[in-house]
Amino acid sequence: MIAVWIIAGILVGSLLGYWLPPHGHLPRRDRPRPVRSILVPFSGESISRRAFDAAVRLAKAENAVIIPAFLIIVPSELSLEAALPTRCTEGMGVLEAIEQRAVSQGVQVESRVMRGRAYRHALQRLLEEESFDRIIVSADDVHGGLKTDDVNWLLAKAPTEVLVLRPAPEDERRVSAEGFVGKTS
Amino acid sequence: MEVLRRGHYKVFLGMAPGSGKTYRMLAEAYAARQAGRDVAIGLIETHGRPDTESFAEGFELIPRRSVEHRGVTLMEMDLPEVLRRAPELCLVDELAHTNATGLEHKKRYEDIEDILNAGIDVFSTVNVQHLESLNDSIAELSGVRVRETFPDEVLQKADEVVLVDITPEALLDRLRAGNIYPHDRIAAALNNFFKIENLTALREVALRQLAENVDIKRLSGHVVRQRDENVSSESAQAVGEHLLALIEPQPNAQRLIRRAWRSSQRLAAPLDLLWVRPPHGKMSDEQEHALTNLRELAGVLGVKLIVEEADDPAAKIAEVARELGTTYILMNKPQPLRGLARLKTPLALRLAESLPGVDVRLVSSRSQKPKEEQA
Repeated sequence: MIAVWIIAGILVGSLLGYWLPPHGHLPRRDRPRPVRSILVPFSGESISRRAFDAAVRLAKAENAVIIPAFLIIVPSELSLEAALPTRCTEGMGVLEAIEQRAVSQGVQVESRVMRGRAYRHALQRLLEEESFDRIIVSADDVHGGLKTDDVNWLLAKAPTEVLVLRPAPEDERRVSAEGFVGKTS
Repeated sequence: MEVLRRGHYKVFLGMAPGSGKTYRMLAEAYAARQAGRDVAIGLIETHGRPDTESFAEGFELIPRRSVEHRGVTLMEMDLPEVLRRAPELCLVDELAHTNATGLEHKKRYEDIEDILNAGIDVFSTVNVQHLESLNDSIAELSGVRVRETFPDEVLQKADEVVLVDITPEALLDRLRAGNIYPHDRIAAALNNFFKIENLTALREVALRQLAENVDIKRLSGHVVRQRDENVSSESAQAVGEHLLALIEPQPNAQRLIRRAWRSSQRLAAPLDLLWVRPPHGKMSDEQEHALTNLRELAGVLGVKLIVEEADDPAAKIAEVARELGTTYILMNKPQPLRGLARLKTPLALRLAESLPGVDVRLVSSRSQKPKEEQA
């Protein structure tokens, strides 16, 4: 009889071991899933810290995933599908830094890279492929944001809500491949 | 029976037109002739530069042959005449040149192979932007795509590669003085290709290319008298790293690719991406979307994305890794296994066992928070 109980216990234990996820994780289907996506396009070697902070705040409030998108201009001499590794050197570092900072604050990140003949073209291609719930962009092209023309285009054409951060002295504070740079006062 | 020795091949590598390759080649040929060697010019492009023209006049010139192509008469190197004349040392300028249709070979470097195989030593010239493997990155740097390219093996197989170096500033001075192009072309050249940043980048590329070439030969045990059979294209593979990143169409693959790419940049090693998918498995919309994004990322980074189907991923990965000559595998840290799957040997361990000598690196996922944060 004891043997039967032992065997039954082993069987029940095995079944539980099989069905229950390890380490107390919730099953994937039961975990809270991000329901919104916030696109943060950037064009240079860094993004404004204000744009990053705004994206993190909103992502936390809305349980959203941040999608930083590195926009790359392909010179007209090259095909749109050309490899541009030299230009990627800084951009990949920025994506890495954004991911590191955002994840440490409990926000999920999924990065994108998009090529185009101009930043506007790259944005257009990105918006054609994917829909986003919100776009946060810094109107400060010196620090990796977009030019006024491109921001205007985005406001007119983007099929979603666009949050534009106008240039400010605080934009000296940036997220770059080296992490947070600029004065923090 | 006498075995014909292959000729000695020396390439003068420059960073841009006007860097002085042809002049340097003529100078060394002059010294060889002074030493009593039989030297002839198979083909030279002086581009109307007076110094080069007057220097070349002192050499025997094998006349070019005329070739009709689409109603245009082209003057090409007369390969049969070069082989018949058979000098000890033959000068053949601009090895990346594409021959007119109907000649023995499509490219001039193939003509040079024939000359070398005939036991004739060859001096030749080329600019670094013609190298096939650098074509895309130089087009990106300079905004100018070079149409005439040559395979990297040509440079690797050369017995000697001499870098004809000049500072960008000195090159621009030569251009402005009319020593490179006629005066009516100078302004256009300065506004296009001959920008200081282009020239600086090209010089760096040329210097690095030469260093790489020297390194390959040094590490593969090449010594001065050895010929091409000792320096095959595989020698570069044998001594260098070759990275393979194992991906799946999921958002966390982006980070893995970025990490792998940065490692490949640091190691100056090629990187490939591999996804082994289940046979006949249908992808979800999310996977399709993730795969599209991964393809875009791979494309912009210039890395190859390989998709294979297999029941046994570990066996397929090992097979692909062997084919590619992989020395380093990068993969995401696997999710904890459930139930009976815990009894299986983890993929990383299986790969380490089936691919001795290949390093396997697990890249941690940032989206997995530390345990104390989850509580």
